[in-house]
Amino acid sequence: MRKFKEFIIEKLILACGVASIFFVVLIFLFLVKEGLAVFRSVSFSHFMFGHKWYPISEPPHLGILPLILGSILVTIGAAVISVPIGVGCAVYIAEIAPLRVKEILKAGIELLAAIPSVVLGFVGMVTLVPLVKNIFHLPTGLTALSGSVMLAFMAMPTIVSIAEDALYSVPKNYKEGAFALGATHWQTIWRVMLPAASSGIVAAVMLGIGRVIGETMAVMMITGNAAILPKSILVPVRTLTATVAAEMGEAVVGSEHYFALFAIGIVLFVISFMINVTADLFLHRRP
Amino acid sequence: MRNPYRTQAVAFFFLLLATLLIVVPVGLVVVIIVQKGLPAVNWTFLSDIPRQGMRAGGIFPAIIGTFYLVSGAILFALPIGLLAAVYLTEYAKDNLLTRIIKLAIVNLAGVPSVVYGLFGLALFVVFFKFGASILSGSLTLGIMILPIIITTSREALESVPASFREVSLSLGVSKWQTIRHIVLPNAIPGILTGTILGLGRAAGETAPILFTVAAFYLPQLPGSVFDQVMALPYHLYVISTQVPNVDEKIRYGTAFVLLALVLFMNLIAIVIRSKFRKKKKW
Repeated sequence: MRKFKEFIIEKLILACGVASIFFVVLIFLFLVKEGLAVFRSVSFSHFMFGHKWYPISEPPHLGILPLILGSILVTIGAAVISVPIGVGCAVYIAEIAPLRVKEILKAGIELLAAIPSVVLGFVGMVTLVPLVKNIFHLPTGLTALSGSVMLAFMAMPTIVSIAEDALYSVPKNYKEGAFALGATHWQTIWRVMLPAASSGIVAAVMLGIGRVIGETMAVMMITGNAAILPKSILVPVRTLTATVAAEMGEAVVGSEHYFALFAIGIVLFVISFMINVTADLFLHRRP
Repeated sequence: MRNPYRTQAVAFFFLLLATLLIVVPVGLVVVIIVQKGLPAVNWTFLSDIPRQGMRAGGIFPAIIGTFYLVSGAILFALPIGLLAAVYLTEYAKDNLLTRIIKLAIVNLAGVPSVVYGLFGLALFVVFFKFGASILSGSLTLGIMILPIIITTSREALESVPASFREVSLSLGVSKWQTIRHIVLPNAIPGILTGTILGLGRAAGETAPILFTVAAFYLPQLPGSVFDQVMALPYHLYVISTQVPNVDEKIRYGTAFVLLALVLFMNLIAIVIRSKFRKKKKW
């Protein structure tokens, strides 16, 4: 009887173990189930590279190029800001900060990661948006730039914590060897630690960017949501994620609009899947 | 030749600057919200329903809604996540299946939150016909926080020394009994940390509940798991972008309550973790 009970429990544990695989597959299947239907009315290339996103006009124009470019623009802006700052902060925490400061900084970074994106979006709306508007004398501060700055802050915790881990896991004798040769601390960091931790840092940057592409609420609140081809970083844009979040509420289940939003979901899923798998390869690369 | 110490001083200055560029704005965000939000929070604000088109009154239904959603999510995610962690630490061999499971967890953690919303809509709301309801929202949030629970529980289980298991097994105790009576009790603080972090994440997310549960305005409390509810993060989104002329105080107050809730949970998690690390006898 006990044997039987344990047999059942172990099977249950196995089932939970593979549940993650099950859920990933399930997410993909349901996105595909609802999303692929859009290609009955619009061709794949038209969907991906069409210049017009007018989902509720008659007939609807379902080209997501403006949205893709919006996402790319905001993401590049966020990466330019967050990568140097994030990696710099990681080096500071891992190498320079005294132990007590280090603990406090790490807790602070953790708290930043915990702030809900809708709260950051709200703060961005009331502080950053008017600031951008005044500095650049724009008709509106709801621009790609505002989004980039805010998103940079959401990418930083990811970048800092993973890059810091990577630096931390560099074998101690690398550093000691460099010191023994008379290198300064900075020379050691620059020539030894950073190269040795490079694959982890690349992974950190990729995961940070993945976070930016997938971020929804803050972006929806402060980028202005104009689904047009962006000409500069100082105009309103609309990202893939914000489009789904803003329009799904009004889309009728089973309409072309509904299918198109799910197709955007497939695009987002595929992007995040590729980023995560590549980052994972970098993280587990044996030096 | 350049003086290497001078280069070092310049470099360290920039690294410090980078750190400050993260820390100072974060501090500012928290300070702004506390400073402007705290005065708006009083008992009426916390216990009253929103009135006059959400331009007055309180946020009670949103607090209750978030409470229901978060409880539901953890009820779903904790057992599955914990057992998955047990599988990975105690049973999994170093093979392809384990590698794929780990990759799946990483991917689950990386799926954009709005995609979870789409998934919840397609599976729970439409396919299972749960409708927009607490059930759909909780399950969606539950799947979203699964990776957090698995990863932290796994760390907790792995930190229990192998010798504990060996002694137990050598006494003729079965594997499951060892896990149940030796490994799990020693890992409880770590598991608790993960659970609280998961709770905090579920409480703050908006995109997954947009189409699966969140109600724009619904002053009465839910009667069953098939009802819609208001939720704090969605309520903050609504009053800051969808409803014009909402008093600043109400917006900041709502942001404060949400932020305080999430940061408080994270703080508890951090405290439990550091206490546990200090107390560890092995």
